[in-house]
This record gives sequence, structure tokens and C-alpha cells, in this order.
Amino acid sequence: MMLKRYLPHPLLSVALIVIWVMLANEISVGTVVFAVILAVIIPLISQSFWPGRPKVGNFWAICEYGLIVLWDILVANVVVAGLVLFRKADSLEPASVTVPLELTSPEAITALAGTITMTPGTVTVDLSRDARSLLVHCLHAPDPQAVVDDIKSRYERRLKEIFE
Amino acid sequence: MEFVIELVISVLIVIGGLFTLIGSFGLVKLPNLLMRLHAPTKATTVGVGSILIASMLFFWMERGTFTIHELLITVFLFLTAPITANLIGKAYLLRHVDPHDDLPHTGEAEGWATFDSRDPEEQPKDPGKLPQDEKSNDLN
Amino acid sequence: MIEYALNFAFVCAGVSLLINLWRLSFGPTIADRVLAVDTMAINGIALLVLYGIGRATSMYFEAALLFAMVGFVSTVAYCKFVLRGDIIE
Repeated sequence: MMLKRYLPHPLLSVALIVIWVMLANEISVGTVVFAVILAVIIPLISQSFWPGRPKVGNFWAICEYGLIVLWDILVANVVVAGLVLFRKADSLEPASVTVPLELTSPEAITALAGTITMTPGTVTVDLSRDARSLLVHCLHAPDPQAVVDDIKSRYERRLKEIFE
Repeated sequence: MEFVIELVISVLIVIGGLFTLIGSFGLVKLPNLLMRLHAPTKATTVGVGSILIASMLFFWMERGTFTIHELLITVFLFLTAPITANLIGKAYLLRHVDPHDDLPHTGEAEGWATFDSRDPEEQPKDPGKLPQDEKSNDLN
Repeated sequence: MIEYALNFAFVCAGVSLLINLWRLSFGPTIADRVLAVDTMAINGIALLVLYGIGRATSMYFEAALLFAMVGFVSTVAYCKFVLRGDIIE
């Protein structure tokens, strides 16, 4: 497998090309050629730091997930801004809840933790030592169990489809 | 047409300014750190994000060419905000929160990872303490 | 019209920076101070980008990008130091 040997992380290479072209802010022959050179060299040098290769599934599933998360980030901002501005600080009901995980791969858990932090009124604070549950802090949650159910049905189910 | 684009840019800049201000206001208003974490990580990312989109539109109007490199900062901020929030939360947990009394149980045999290096022997051992326990939910 | 919006946003970002400075000086815990520094870095990016729009130059883009990167790395380094007592293990 020549391709596997010289391009150990194809997705990383594509990402590097896109980032370099964006950084240079123009699409010309010189930029693209230099981007390709970087995209070949950097994965080869840093190969030993990323031994595993995460299996990433359906492209459309990822797009759907990204759009849902973007929409939720917008809603989250308006919700949190409303809570910060219009509620007395002592009328908020903060709660910390445990979210049991069904995901097993580290990439999927990282994606889920990041998503939880960016969405309405919840922040991932800690992971249990055996990586089986997340500690999530809610800014205003009168019903903590509903938050757990929402996270599991809305994000974890989709991530499970993407990564497993 | 020029006017519409100018209006959109102005509205985006005003929204960005308001959200950065709200994020910092939450930093002062909310009573403890875990609650304060919510305001800046969310409000400022969208605040800066909309200012950067306004900048993209402005240079598009000004120069006629589409500049896209502002998106890099936006993506970078959106990727790093959860990581900084997580690490600041962990630092606070380690120094100021008692894992036995203040945190819900993990529901597993193992405890929370932050307290790993400090006292591996003294993890909460009572499995009867469920996550939805009224008293243990309060982090204040 | 853009000038008025810019002036408004400049005031917002400036007031945010002052508020962060207050939290940085009086924050009861170390984590509060680190959070204040992180928010200051993000508000500094906003200020730089706004100034770039005001001057109609994209020269400040690199400065903003570096601010984002250095702000992130410094926050992570502070937190790592609080968590482990060591930054590079």
C-alpha cells in the first residue's frame, strides 16, 4: 500500500491544504503547490503522534450534525444571554448531572463533550476515570433528567452513527 | 444594494459588540465559577464570530474580492472554546470542590478523572448515591 | 452608518475589557483569574478586528490570529499548571 505509507492521514492532508489556502487568502498555482507540499510533509513528520486512524462515517451525516450544532449554538447564545441579563442570579437553578456514555472511541467522546459545552446552558466539566460518563454543569436546569435525555437523544445518537 | 450590505454589516457589528459585552457582564454577575464559565465561552464566541463575518462582508464590499481568512479565526475559536472551558472547570474542581460531598456519583466503580492523581484511594465508594440525588446536585 | 456601529462596538469591547480587568484583580479563585484572562484575549481579538474594519486594512488579521492562538495556549498552560504543578510532563 504505497498510498497508506506516504499519506498516513488523508483527511489531515485535505484539511492542511484548505487551511493553507485560506491563510494565504488567494487561489494561485504557487499557493496550491506549496499547500500540497505541506500536506504531504506534515502528516509524515507527525505520524508517530497519531498512531490510530479514527473511522469516520457518512459525509452527509457529518454535515447534518454540523448544521444542527450550528443552529443550537445560535439558540444557546440567545438563551444564555437572556438568562444572564434578565434573571436574578439567585433565581437560577444550577445543577451538575452525570451523563452516562454509550460512545467508546476517544474522538467521539471529545466531539460530544465539545458539543455539550457549546450548546444551551451546559458545560462539560469532567470525565470519569474509566471514560464511561461525563460530568455536565447546567446554568439553569429545573429538571436535570430532561437535560440528560436531550443530550443522549439529540447528539449522542447521531455521533454513534458517525463514529461507529 | 450597497445600502443593504452596509445595513447588514452594521447590524452584525452591533450584535457582536452586544454579545461580547453580555459575555463579560455575566463574568461579573453570576455568583460562582462554574456558572461564570457559561457566559464567556458562549457569548464571546458568537460575538467575535459575527464581528468576523462583518469583516468578511466589509472587505468583500470594499475590494470586490471575497476574503475568507476570517473564517479561520472563527473556526479556531469554536474549536478551542470547549477545551479552555473544560480545563478551567477541572482546575476549579481540583482546588475548591470536594468530590465526596459536592459532585454527583459517576454511576460506575471509578471516580472523576480530575481527582485521579491526588487521592486514588479515597474515591466515593457508596453506590447508593445516585446522580439525581437532590442534595448532591447543588454545587454552590 | 458603519462608523456609528463601529463606535458602538468599540465602546462595548472597551467596557468588556474593563469588566474583565475587574474580575482579574478581585477574582476570588485562581480559576476566575484564568477565565478573565481568556475572555480578555477574546475581547482583544474583537477589538483588533474592529480596528481593522475601521482602518479598511487587513493588516490586523495576522495579529488577531496570533492573539487567538497565544491566548488559547496560555490558558491551557495556566490550567495545566494548576492541575498538575507542571506544564510539560
